[in-house]
Amino acid sequence: MAYRVTMPQLGYDMTEGAVARWRKREGEQVQRGEVIAEIETDKATVELEAFSSGILRKIVLPEGQRVPVGTLIAVIGEPGEPIDDILKEAGIQPAVAAPTSPAAPSQAPAEEVRVRATPVARRLAEELGIDLRQVQGTGPEGRITREDVEAYAARLREQAAAPAPPRVEAPPPAAPPPGMPEAVEEPLSRMRQTIARRMTESKQQAPHFYVTVEVDMTEAMRFRAQLNAQLDEEARLSVNDLIIKAAAKALTKFPRLNSAFSGDRLRVFKAVNIAMAVATPEGLLAPVVHDAVGKSLFEIARETKELARRAREGHLRAEDQVGGTFTISNLGMFDVESFAAIINPPNAAILATGSVQRRPVVRGDQIVVADIMKATISVDHRVADGAEAAQFLGEFKRLLENPVSLLI
Amino acid sequence: MPELTFREALRQALREEMLRDERVFLMGEDIGAYGGSYAVTRGLLEEFGEKRVKDTPIAEAAIVGLATGAAMGGLKPVAELMTINFSLLAADQIINHLAKIYYMFGGQFTAPAVIRTAAGWGQLGATHSQFLEVIYSHVPGLKVVMPSTPYDAKGLLKAAIRDPDPVLFIEHTLLYGIRGEVPDEEYLVPIGLADVKRPGRDVTIVAYARMVHVAMNAARELEAEGVDCEIVDLRTLRPLDIETVVESVKKTNHVVIVEEDWKSFGVGAEVAARIAEQAFDYLDAPVVRVGMLEVPMPYNRNLERHVVPDEADVLAAVRSVVGSRV
Amino acid sequence: MIEQTVLSRELLLGFYRQMVLIRRFEDKAAEMYTLGKIGGFLHLYNGEEAVAVGAISVLRPEDHIFTHYRDHGHALARGMDPRRVMAELFGKTTGVSRGRGGSMHMADPALRFWGGYAIVGGHIPLACGMALAIQYRGADEVVLCIFGDGATNIGEFHEGLNLAALWKLPVIFLCENNFYGMGTHVRRAASTPEIYRRAEVYGIRSEQVDGMDLLAVREVMSRAMDYVRAGHGPYFIEALTYRFRGHSMADPELYRSREEVEEWRRQRDPITRFSGYIIQNGYATAEELAAIEQEVEAEVEEAVRFADESPEPPLESVTEYVYVNPGPARRVAHA
Repeated sequence: MAYRVTMPQLGYDMTEGAVARWRKREGEQVQRGEVIAEIETDKATVELEAFSSGILRKIVLPEGQRVPVGTLIAVIGEPGEPIDDILKEAGIQPAVAAPTSPAAPSQAPAEEVRVRATPVARRLAEELGIDLRQVQGTGPEGRITREDVEAYAARLREQAAAPAPPRVEAPPPAAPPPGMPEAVEEPLSRMRQTIARRMTESKQQAPHFYVTVEVDMTEAMRFRAQLNAQLDEEARLSVNDLIIKAAAKALTKFPRLNSAFSGDRLRVFKAVNIAMAVATPEGLLAPVVHDAVGKSLFEIARETKELARRAREGHLRAEDQVGGTFTISNLGMFDVESFAAIINPPNAAILATGSVQRRPVVRGDQIVVADIMKATISVDHRVADGAEAAQFLGEFKRLLENPVSLLI
Repeated sequence: MPELTFREALRQALREEMLRDERVFLMGEDIGAYGGSYAVTRGLLEEFGEKRVKDTPIAEAAIVGLATGAAMGGLKPVAELMTINFSLLAADQIINHLAKIYYMFGGQFTAPAVIRTAAGWGQLGATHSQFLEVIYSHVPGLKVVMPSTPYDAKGLLKAAIRDPDPVLFIEHTLLYGIRGEVPDEEYLVPIGLADVKRPGRDVTIVAYARMVHVAMNAARELEAEGVDCEIVDLRTLRPLDIETVVESVKKTNHVVIVEEDWKSFGVGAEVAARIAEQAFDYLDAPVVRVGMLEVPMPYNRNLERHVVPDEADVLAAVRSVVGSRV
Repeated sequence: MIEQTVLSRELLLGFYRQMVLIRRFEDKAAEMYTLGKIGGFLHLYNGEEAVAVGAISVLRPEDHIFTHYRDHGHALARGMDPRRVMAELFGKTTGVSRGRGGSMHMADPALRFWGGYAIVGGHIPLACGMALAIQYRGADEVVLCIFGDGATNIGEFHEGLNLAALWKLPVIFLCENNFYGMGTHVRRAASTPEIYRRAEVYGIRSEQVDGMDLLAVREVMSRAMDYVRAGHGPYFIEALTYRFRGHSMADPELYRSREEVEEWRRQRDPITRFSGYIIQNGYATAEELAAIEQEVEAEVEEAVRFADESPEPPLESVTEYVYVNPGPARRVAHA
């Protein structure tokens, strides 16, 4: 049975993508799980694995061409298995006994999926930042009408329960005010655009509040040093790993902070998947450590190293980027005392940690030197209140100040 | 406000302008002794005499040509062509002369004649049932007016007589008998200005002349279905007040254009094109036109009714553009 | 009635000068056409000068003229500035019709010259309309409506003549019968080639005149003026004449022989004939007439210089003169 390879959905907000590079050529054998292509999304280049073994019979989408998610990009099948029907479905004329070399990668044109929508619906969708592919058309011949877009936008608003419509349009490019020095225009990268859009959305829709604590990391640093002394290079723990583990454990006591706001309800997640903000040259990525509660500190350490590497190299896999339920942004490596982060939607909260700094502190009646780290949580006020955030931070602090508990 | 028929309103306009301005005079076939083939000019010969109300022979080119020449000579002729079908015999005078005088001689003089004519149907056969307003609306230099109500008819005719440019004033024969409020006091309706005859939210129906009434009836029915129609009466076809149409389309996002004429290359085609040019991003459905079937008019009553657009056609068109709403 | 006896030397030399001006002007226009200074159609009046000068010289300033597309001669005879007529041919802003009309559409309302018209016969009803306006105002004015033999077969001619006669309009119909409607001889086009007789059926007084004889044209025109002014209604004159050049600059003249044209030019040239009359009757010498010709040459050269140096109409002016009132100020009207 021939297998349709389609443009994968790699993240909830991905609507289209391109094949950056085909790793397999037409006619080549592929094994299930084998990487066949690199998919370029708004955020990263992600490896796409084959979900079926067989021959890569047909490459439909040439490299570099953006198509909507779900568009046929290749066909995998047995040798000689008829695939013309699949190609016809996608509007592609099957090649008639192509005289060219069978292994030559085909440059068949990708199908153009045109959403049937009225002009005003298109204009409105653009204004509201709505992807028409997500909208069900009810007009004549299934055309998406203004009403359809408005209804869809209303549903989105309900989901976000935001009082204001989600206007996410970028401010119009304004002429610089007089007296501004000459500037170089720098177009935004797709990733930058995505970050801009999502952060604006978050800040406009989720009322943020912030709570900060000081964590005495003296014990944690000592604990980490002791463990690392016994570990191989690639297994060593970072402060970040301790933070992830501590946050994950604290979240099990305060599950509301591990949720997503959804209009008239909260979606409280059973698993704690910690997304960690990673700076890359292109911008911020947030690969996910899934089930950080169930994983040992050492497993977390290995995973974060791998994720960070892949993120920097632009090779995050789809599953690396989805499912985050709580985000941690750590600027500790930059000698930052503290900062507040913007919630990464659809999360309910984000934890921002600064660097561990040696400070004089009062312990009992004595002034001693301690390793201090400030942690600031940004919380969606629709989800939780200050007390809850404070209590969470208290638990987080307790865990890090008693680091052995992180091993349990 | 007193109620007048369309015919009476026109007669009032002529009479008032003749009383107001000595230079205004009427000429045309059977407008005097006969009283006007549609009785618009009845009584005016008796009141104003043969100098001001001139019966002409059946000579359309001469009627328009003399009116044009007289207008160049400083008079304000209101020439009547019995029906628009006969205007084709004067097409050379209307298009090659009347419309060109001002431009062709570099703006040195004008020919502000008014040509009144009638269009309609009623088992009159192929050559007496045409609406040829499109031919004249095509021509720069002419103004073309086609009113729908007694009020507009009077105000527009008075405005036409006072206009510095030539005006073709087209009256629908099936409207002559309709009644409507016409104020006693002096008023003009500006040429080149459309009128929203019924405000609405959901669909813009662009119409003119008799089709405005057909659209109004359809709108009442559609209201019961929860569809709120806005009816834009073009009133003047040239210069076309597309702004009023565009404003309405921006509000309703749906358009049906109703014309009592063949659709090909017609007023509806023009309006649709301008909407595409000026309001494309506001459309929520394709622009739909309602018009006559593209045949010469048959004599048979049932066939004729079948050819002419009616309320049912408008209803169907509106329902098709609002789609799932209904 | 006929004022031949009282014609002064100045008047006669003035007619001579006008005829020569038309001839030289048309020759120069032909030259300019070949140089590409003039475009479109160019219909020249060479050979017919006595008709224009003879007829128009009888008009008074308050009288009106409507004419056909071969209109330079009439415009010049009516006193239009040759510089501005040439500028119109050149399509310049200084042209009489601001470069919008061209060769066929000379007009000047100050001279009551309401234009040359290019649809054969189309201006006949217009002329009648102007006459109607005169009658309506009770004014003592006359309209001269000039057209060619070709126009007498078209409906508007008959509609116009009928109404003019019916309403006794003050219009003189002047048919310049140069025997060819473009290339079709009048005998091949008109069932009654004696065109003046066509007017008779409408009860219009009419006569035929030798259009190559300026004084004869003046004589019949004067008669017509008196008749029309007396309120008798229209008058019809058929002037037999001949066009020395082709119908237009593009005319290969396949329809008439070289000999025929040469014979008219040699034996019937209205300017030669009139200069002969002046000299024979001692109004002026050949030298004096030659001096006039010199003056006219200079005047035509000046017209060309003027036209050449005049500005082109600015492109943004192209939409002027379509409407006096292009439309209501919509916002004002709504306010």
